[in-house]
Amino acid sequence: MSDSPRLIEVRAKVLKQNDLLARSLRERFHAAGVYVVSFVSSPGSGKTRFLEGLLTLVGRQHRVAALVGDLATENDAMRLKRAASRVQQITTGTICHLDASMIETAIQSWDLAELDLLFIENVGNLVCPSSYDLGEDLRFVLLSTTEGEDKPLKYPTIFNTADVALLTKMDMAEAADFDRDAAHRNIQSVRPGMSVLEVSAKTGEGMEAVATLLGDRLAASRNSLTVQAAQS
Amino acid sequence: MHELSIAISMIDQIQEESESRGGLTVKAVHLSLGLLSGVDKDALQFCYKAACQGTFLEGSQLVIEVVPIVLYCPACLTESRPVSIQQLACPECRTAGRVIRGHELEVASLEVAA
Repeated sequence: MSDSPRLIEVRAKVLKQNDLLARSLRERFHAAGVYVVSFVSSPGSGKTRFLEGLLTLVGRQHRVAALVGDLATENDAMRLKRAASRVQQITTGTICHLDASMIETAIQSWDLAELDLLFIENVGNLVCPSSYDLGEDLRFVLLSTTEGEDKPLKYPTIFNTADVALLTKMDMAEAADFDRDAAHRNIQSVRPGMSVLEVSAKTGEGMEAVATLLGDRLAASRNSLTVQAAQS
Repeated sequence: MHELSIAISMIDQIQEESESRGGLTVKAVHLSLGLLSGVDKDALQFCYKAACQGTFLEGSQLVIEVVPIVLYCPACLTESRPVSIQQLACPECRTAGRVIRGHELEVASLEVAA
């Protein structure tokens, strides 16, 4: 018998546990008719300010809740609580991203049937969150006008795993010498065909368009689930 | 820097695999790592070594095979390699392609003592 090593085929996804949990979360959300949207960006791109505005706007027509991830502090949750009644902070400690198990724990005591939309604000980080499925239906990536229009080229993976890009702080664009065309070009280069919306939570510019998009997606998701249920 | 979390997930998974086969002595772990996986190869090597300490995988080698990005173009009906990670449209017709390879993050195989 030879003592040379033998090779065993495995082909197992490293994040299989997370993927399985994310899938079961997605099934639970769908069964309860909840549409889930996550938000990723670098720190300081205006995620919380944007969500404050969005929660207020969307909350007029839908029942919304939010989960917010941060390494430390509950500051963001306290801010968002002014805009929505159901807000839960996820403090990750040293972990630089949210994963599906953190979402599962955070919503443990929630009755999902009381919700239409759930927003998940990830930890400010343009690298790590890209690997983790959270069970969301739609992933937004935010890019603020003060960050520089080449961010998509520097962080292609996160832009490629997101569904919609938001250009935030449009009210600051002129002061920051923001090259709008270059930003759009760079986004299309790393994620061809991506929808891009321009917003300012401060002036309200573009916020209605985001609220409309989410309302449409929620309705479409519920329709397709009803059709699937009728066919099965 | 989430490579430590990834390394720990890998070790858990290999442990499970080993137990299901009655216990393995693992010499090397072969990992397929897509260019769009969001995981850094060198950081993962470093974290793997650190995370293996005190486990049954201590001293094992991590062999990483980087998987290039492959796009499928629905207009040309062909598969192609993009010009770069920053240009992910079909190189021929500029249509938005679908990434069919490059997201991999999987343990491909294990080299075990015979």
